[in-house]
Amino acid sequence: MLTEELVDLSRLQFAVTALYHFLFVPLTLGLAFILVIMELTYVITDRPIYKDMVRFWGKLFGINFALGVTTGITMEFQFGTNWAYYSHYVGDIFGAPLAIEGLMAFFLESTFIGLFFFGWDRLNKWQHFMVTVLMAVGSNLSALWILIANGWMQDPIGAEFSFVTMRMEMTDFWAIVFNPTAQAKFVHTVSAGYVTASLFVLGISSYYLLKGRDLDFARRSFRIAAGFGFASALSVIVLGDESGYTVSESQQAKMAAIEAMWETEPAPAAFTVFALPNEAAQRNDYELQIPYVLGLIGTRSLTETLPGIKEIKARNRERIENGIQAVVALEKLRKNHGDELARAQFEASKADLGFGLLLKKYTVDVSQATPAMIQQAVDDTIPRVAPLFWSFRLMVALGFLFLVLFSFALFYSVKGNFIEKKWLLRWALWFIPMPWIAAELGWVVAEYGRQPWTIYGVLPTHISVSNLTPGNLYGSLAGFVGFYTALLIVEMYLMTKYARQGPASLGTGKYHGEKATGGALPAGAAADKI
Amino acid sequence: MDYETLKLVWWLLVGVLLVGFAIMDGHDMGMGVLLPFVGRNDLERRALINTVAPHWDGNQVWFITAGGAIFAAWPLVYATAFSGFYWAMMAALWALFFRPVGFDYRSKIQNPTWRSTWDWGLFIGGAVPPIIFGVAFGNLLQGVPFHFNDLMMSTYTGSFWALLNPFALLAGVVSLAMITTQGANYLMMRTEGDLYRRVRGASLIFAALTLVSFALAGVWVAQGIDGYVITSAVDANALPDPLAKTVEVSTGAWMHNYTQYAWAMWVPIVAFAALAASILFSRLHQAGAAFWSSSIANAGIIGTAGVSMFPFIMPSSTDPRSSLTVYDAVSSHLTLGLMLGATVIFMPLIIFYTSWAYKVMWGKVTTEYIAANDKSVY
Repeated sequence: MLTEELVDLSRLQFAVTALYHFLFVPLTLGLAFILVIMELTYVITDRPIYKDMVRFWGKLFGINFALGVTTGITMEFQFGTNWAYYSHYVGDIFGAPLAIEGLMAFFLESTFIGLFFFGWDRLNKWQHFMVTVLMAVGSNLSALWILIANGWMQDPIGAEFSFVTMRMEMTDFWAIVFNPTAQAKFVHTVSAGYVTASLFVLGISSYYLLKGRDLDFARRSFRIAAGFGFASALSVIVLGDESGYTVSESQQAKMAAIEAMWETEPAPAAFTVFALPNEAAQRNDYELQIPYVLGLIGTRSLTETLPGIKEIKARNRERIENGIQAVVALEKLRKNHGDELARAQFEASKADLGFGLLLKKYTVDVSQATPAMIQQAVDDTIPRVAPLFWSFRLMVALGFLFLVLFSFALFYSVKGNFIEKKWLLRWALWFIPMPWIAAELGWVVAEYGRQPWTIYGVLPTHISVSNLTPGNLYGSLAGFVGFYTALLIVEMYLMTKYARQGPASLGTGKYHGEKATGGALPAGAAADKI
Repeated sequence: MDYETLKLVWWLLVGVLLVGFAIMDGHDMGMGVLLPFVGRNDLERRALINTVAPHWDGNQVWFITAGGAIFAAWPLVYATAFSGFYWAMMAALWALFFRPVGFDYRSKIQNPTWRSTWDWGLFIGGAVPPIIFGVAFGNLLQGVPFHFNDLMMSTYTGSFWALLNPFALLAGVVSLAMITTQGANYLMMRTEGDLYRRVRGASLIFAALTLVSFALAGVWVAQGIDGYVITSAVDANALPDPLAKTVEVSTGAWMHNYTQYAWAMWVPIVAFAALAASILFSRLHQAGAAFWSSSIANAGIIGTAGVSMFPFIMPSSTDPRSSLTVYDAVSSHLTLGLMLGATVIFMPLIIFYTSWAYKVMWGKVTTEYIAANDKSVY
């Protein structure tokens, strides 16, 4: 029996491990390209300081990458261990991009990261540059394929249900690859990664500048981060808007919940800046709106309407009632594949099969569903409004703040006097964690907003889980929390240690803290020696 | 390509990926197993670690890709096995956690306790996964207690402790010994002096242990283990539906394929011959030949398990018709074809650039080299 406790724990474990994994992914995605830019500058100018930059930022990249790999394996296992029915039901479609991700992206990234770190003395500088490029391309390609998989969860096109195999089957691979939802997600997500990495480099460089050390090194790093970060912050907003457009096309319930829009409003709808959503009464207790804006973002027209929550629920009620027919017919067909009557009934109602399956949360025999159960299922089709409303707004606000910060950073980089702008340096330093917060909020919006589905409109979350016991989940969850906490402490310790030490950690004898002893062994590096 | 052929090709390809994993990730896991025993001081241990430092991450992708390919090609196997073997999978996963951080973080801090802790972490990351995968194979050979309901939801009715039965533990020994041999043979190529002497000793011991335990497991399978036979007509081109067949349990059934197809006997014979060759070449100080021999032995051992059970992948001991086979646990025709295309394109590329990476980094890793490159190596 799939209890709600089991389902909630499975969701919690997935959320914890996925959000944790995504602490490391964005920095990898972005820092890889920043390393490419630095190394390109090195091979063109032949100035050793750029090589030192690649090696130092590369060290921090490596510390982060190790945990990205560690926590990534969890994600690969977890669909099977904890989401067995999901894996069966959509593995025909969902498994393919994962396997291609391994073949096309992980091998590339993981093979070349080894040469990136250990190949300096064995490759000429162009060869090493190519290695860095391939590593960056590999890591970004892996984001492409996993987001194609995720895009299909949000907008499941190019597939059809088969009652014989009792699962979704792929009908059009290229539709899945070029799914607009997936493509918009990909560019938005990697841009967010570039912002994260740019702010990381910008902030740590600012720290050195504020301390008045390693000025040349920090100044050059700052400039590169400012340029790359400005372009990325701009694109994250533009492409985020593209994401918003695809959501309003494919997931009206998510859009309505994000906007706390209970009623269908006349086009073009207003954008609600601030509201206190009241779930029970299905209205906002207070709201502050800007006219027209949401209609423009969501529909890119002045005349199309966006449906409100109440209207979506009314439509979903019809789909659930029709879905009951689909489930009943399917269950007959499963017992007897040749039942023509059931077959005809199923073909007529199968578009709503997923909605019928929503009732499995409340009753094994869906045909016996009471009006109260149907009402519960209808209510389930709208994710909770307040968390989405606020997560989304906080993410967007941070996105605009990044753009402002990078605009200043770029402006003063061009003017050349950013070292004097202490307020800017401090802002960059203290803002280092913010892109992570924005990225995690983005995932909350995307995935929490997809509820009650794992595959939108096709497969309810409730029946996607493995048939385990809550005891299993408490045990594994405790294990993950324990391991991940310990790993995070170790990672943060090393990251801070090396960031504070700065380029002196390379042991070249040229940087801050290394000349103090005057001996062969620099002071700053002494702690690191065997 | 017709559906039946694709189903058979994917059985082979999953096998290829598992063998690739055993050869590639196997040698760095084997290094991890030997690390605390063969390396007697920090410099020696760092020398061992740095023989795989540039490669372990790429090698691990064989494992990840095998997992992804099983998901894509055999979704029911992925779903049923991973959720059924829940605690075993968690243990393997948590053991694997020690590898990336062990490799990358170990030498970033000088403290001896810190370093030796991570050395044992690398040992766990090297030893536990092969044991678990061996134990898993041992259980697959005996059948696993699970069944499907009408909607194909699987329920696993066994316990974690039941997985640790004597035959499965023996399979775990085969797996661990084979991976350790692989690691020792690799290290013979990349070390010299005392380290070389010790890893060569390990190679001889573990190859012999693999040989003996593999032979023992073979006798056990022939004499004491129930195999499974499909008793209904098999339409290999049909849409996959595990519940459409009937299955019987019979002792010695895992030997049928060897009596039916004479060529099948070559698979275990190659395994034995390759293990013997590994021992011979280690004795002759032919490290490269020994490494190739143990690589072939890995293929022979994994192949033997596959051939014995064919067409079964995961037989059900409690509801035999729920058993998963190469015909009915698979993805759609389109997905299998597509995945084959992707494999044909990318696998040669992967082999090409992986070989290049090894070529670039090739050579003996000495303690002098480690001391001279303290800052830049693991």
